[in-house]
Formats: sequence, C-alpha cells, structure tokens
Amino acid sequence: MSESSWFRTKPGIFTGIAIIAAVLLILPFMLASVGTAWVRITNLAILFALLSLGLNIVVGFAGLLDLGYIAFYGVGAYTYALLASPHFNLHLPFWVILPIGALLACIFGVMLGAPTLKLRGDYLAIVTLGFGEIVRIFLNNLSQPFNITNGPQGVSRIDPFTVGSFSFSKPETLAGLVFSGPIKYYYLLLLVLLVVIVVNVRLQDSRIGRAWVAIREDEIAAQAMGINTRNVKLLAFAMGASFGGIAGGMFSAIQGFISPESFVLVESIMVLAMVVLGGMGNIWGVILGAILLSFVPEILRYTVEPFQKAVFGKMLVEPEVIRMLLFGLALVLMMLYRPAGLWPSRTRRRELASRDK
Amino acid sequence: MSLLSVRGLKVAYGGIEAVRGIDLDVEAGELVALIGANGAGKTTTLKALAGMLRPAAGTVRYADSDITGVASHRLIRQGVALVPEGRGVFARLTVQENLQMGAYIRDDRPAIAQDLDKVFGLFPRLHERRAQVAGTLSGGEQQMLAIGRAMMSRPKLLLLDEPSMGLAPLMVQKIFEVVHSIAAQGVTILLVEQNALLALEAASRGYVMESGAITLSDSAPALLASPQVRQAYLGE
Repeated sequence: MSESSWFRTKPGIFTGIAIIAAVLLILPFMLASVGTAWVRITNLAILFALLSLGLNIVVGFAGLLDLGYIAFYGVGAYTYALLASPHFNLHLPFWVILPIGALLACIFGVMLGAPTLKLRGDYLAIVTLGFGEIVRIFLNNLSQPFNITNGPQGVSRIDPFTVGSFSFSKPETLAGLVFSGPIKYYYLLLLVLLVVIVVNVRLQDSRIGRAWVAIREDEIAAQAMGINTRNVKLLAFAMGASFGGIAGGMFSAIQGFISPESFVLVESIMVLAMVVLGGMGNIWGVILGAILLSFVPEILRYTVEPFQKAVFGKMLVEPEVIRMLLFGLALVLMMLYRPAGLWPSRTRRRELASRDK
Repeated sequence: MSLLSVRGLKVAYGGIEAVRGIDLDVEAGELVALIGANGAGKTTTLKALAGMLRPAAGTVRYADSDITGVASHRLIRQGVALVPEGRGVFARLTVQENLQMGAYIRDDRPAIAQDLDKVFGLFPRLHERRAQVAGTLSGGEQQMLAIGRAMMSRPKLLLLDEPSMGLAPLMVQKIFEVVHSIAAQGVTILLVEQNALLALEAASRGYVMESGAITLSDSAPALLASPQVRQAYLGE
C-alpha cells in the first residue's frame, strides 16, 4: 500500500539519508556564497513544496481537482499579516497566529468542500477556480467601508518570527558562521517541511489514506466499502487547506510584505503544475516537482542573458519571454513522454501501464 | 421475524417515483430473487436498501431494528453489503488491494488474512491474478472480484445487483455456482436479476417487479411454473 516501504526494506538507506541531511544542512552557506538571493529562492522553493504537499492531499490522494488552492495560502498569509503588523497595530507571536491561520484556512477548506461534495472533475475545477478568485477579490476590496486588508496596496512591515529576543530576521554569528535572516528561515522551513512530510507519509498509510484512494478510484464503490465519503472528502479539503494556511503564514513573515497579487490564479496553476509534473499522489515526486519548478525558472533568469550576450553579442530575446517559453515547452514534453510525472506514484504508473496494453 | 422486512417502500428521483410502495421480506439464510425488466426499479430498490438512496416513504427493518434512511457506511457495519451494478471495482488497484479495501471497516488483521484466503478459495482465478490491476481483468473476473470484495466485510445480508450483466454464458454459470456456495455458508442473499430463469433456479423465493411495483411473489418453482412469468420473462 505504501510508497515509503522502500524506506524500511533497502539496506544502506541510512547512509543515503545521512548524506542528504548533511547536504541540506550546509546548503544555505554554499548558496549564500553565490548570493543571498539564492537562499531566498530556496526558501520560496520550500514554501512551494509545503503548498504542493497540501494540494497533493486534495488532488493526488483524494482525486479532487482544486484550481483555487492558492486561496488558502492567501488566508494564512493575511491572517499572519493582519495579526502581526502595524496595520492593526497587533503584534501577536507567530506560534499563536500560525495555528489560527491554519484553522481559518481549514474552515475555508470546508466552506469550499461542503457545497462541492457532489461535483467531480471539470465541474469541481470550475467551482474551485471561482472560489480562489472570490478570495483574491475580497482581499483586494476589503479596504472599504472598513479597512481590513488594505486593498491592492497590501500589508507591509509584517513582523518576522521572533522567540523572546531571538529574531529570525537579524543576522547572527555563531562559531564564525554568519547566520543571516534567510538562512535562519531556511532551517525553520526545512524543519516544518520535515514535519509535513512525516504527517503526509503517515496519512498516506493510514485508514484515511486508504479511504482517499478508494474515493479517487470509485466513489460509489468506496461508499459500498463502508467509507463515509462526505466526511472523508471534507477532511481532504480541510487538511490540504490547513497546510496551505501554515505555508501562507510563513510566507507573510519571510517576505514582510504581502498583497493580493501574490494569490492570483497563475499561482494556483503553478502549484498544480508542481504536483502533476512531480508525480501526483507521490510525496517525493511532488517535492521534486516543487523544487524543479521553483529553481529552473530562476536558473534560466540568471543564465539566459549572459548566454545570449556570449553567443550573439547582444540580447535578442528578453529573459522573461524565454523563461516562459522553455517552461511551457518543458510541460508539453513532460505530458507527452512522462504523463504520470517525473516520479509517479505506484497507482499512476499502473494506470499508464494498463493503457499501453 | 425476517432478517429484512420492507414495508411500503417508495423511492423517488426528483419528483418521479421509481419505486412505488413495495413490500418485501427476506428470511435469515434465504436466497431471494427480485426479477423484472429493465427500468422496473430493481436497482433503485437495492440501492435504497443498501443506504445509497434515501427512501421517500416506507420502512426498512433489518435484524429487528429500523434502518430506514441509514447511510451505507453505517449499514455495512451491521452486515449489509452491496455488490453494485456494473461491478465498480477499483480499476487501478490490484486484485489483492481491492479485496483488502473490502475489509475497510474491520481491523482484525489475522481474521482479514483468513478471509482473504477464503475468498481466494472461492475464486481460484482471483488468487492467480492477485497482483494484477483490477482494470485489466475480464468482465467475469471483475464480477468475481466485486463479490469477493463484498464478502471481505463479512456480510450477513448480501445485496447482489445483476451479477450476470454483460457476461458470457459460461462465466454466468460460474458466478452462480459461487452465489450458491456463498448462500450455503449461511449468508442471506437478495439477488436482483434480469436473467429470470437463472435467478429463479438459484433462489428459494422470488418477487417480480414491474414499473416500480411488485406484481407477483411466490416460491421460486411456482414462479418458474407460472404462465405469467414464463410468458413475460422466459420468452415462451
């Protein structure tokens, strides 16, 4: 049943894990020597990995196509921003706000899930798409008659995470190493990612995980197996949304500034692309997808310009244009040659195998 | 006291009544057939009994308690299992995973493993194909799998919807042999079929359904002998 069984069965896996852990620990310093921007990009990549894992619960495990997922990220981000910024002059600590943000996102998840229980596929996609837009438009317009979200200007000067006098935004030197703000956040994000991965692996192997698989495969049959399809679907929405809410709160604190523009439809599509490209339903595939789709465009941003100058002596095409062109090409090629994703889950692989016959 | 007793059951889709107040009894250990033409309301009746549809009126009593309108995920815990029309196997899961899903409501692992062996004993074909993806099985094998999966919940009352649908005659025969042996194990079966001859040969009693109402009910041999049934359903 589990994707993680190789975890226990393959010997020498511990050496592998130790090497990966060591690389992950020194990674930010290596990146910082290239430029702090790369640490920030890595942090964003981890945030997207968190989002992808959340969306994977809804789309990958339970098979419910959600095109408005970024709304939950927005709810979490705005919850943090409004409760920890000069906007309302509230400065609650992050360990209070993050659970509130997760809970609010969870409630929004149920609000989206409850009316869409009978919808599937395209129809569900359309409703979720609308839901995502509604949330964004609310964020954009809730500056009148009472200024709640500060409209399109967004919320700025958001508090960083602090524990006592320890702030995640200030650089610190420890044993000759400079721990800049982004590096501190990197370690925090890595920790959160680890926790979310563990939760996801446990969920996948659990009764709930099996119920999600059953619903994804055949809802009527799932019902006949004794699965309370209504509750189990709502749970998928709620859990996926909660992860989105937590990621949103962290995004808010790391960026220090948010506006509705961060929560547009394209972002939902991006997270979905990460899930699909990486391998729907497979935790490791989804993380791979998030990392690739976060990094490759950035790498292109930094290489396209020098490359053109070296080859043609001048800039022919804007980096941004090339970036989107290559990105689109990569997605088309993927769907042609690896439609189940780079690192597919077992059931997705099987589906393709049975189609080939 | 019957295991299942239905009184005045009405089921409607929107405003249209598909089942218009039927009475039906199944005694413990019996194999009862519900026959009728396409669109007579047989599947709708079965779905309502399994808790997949909410009745518009009437009562359903099962094992001395009122189960009218009780949802399927609760009913299966009381021993009512439905094998849905058109099989509904989990196409991308293996045969074995399908069967394990059938035991979703149970957590007694050793007993589940025993029952798995039992089902494989009942359907040696499924044992041969246990690692195969269910979607690649033949129609008959999928029907076997659907029945085997329902058995994994240890039902007291098995609701079988059109097990012969779309299957080759040889396969139909095999399926009915298994239905017999399940009945012989003491499982009560309510069998819905369009294939009246097969169903009545297997059952001890039968009901004939027409446009949402039960028009005849008798012992199976009597129904087989009745001119009405012979003319309408056996093509004579």
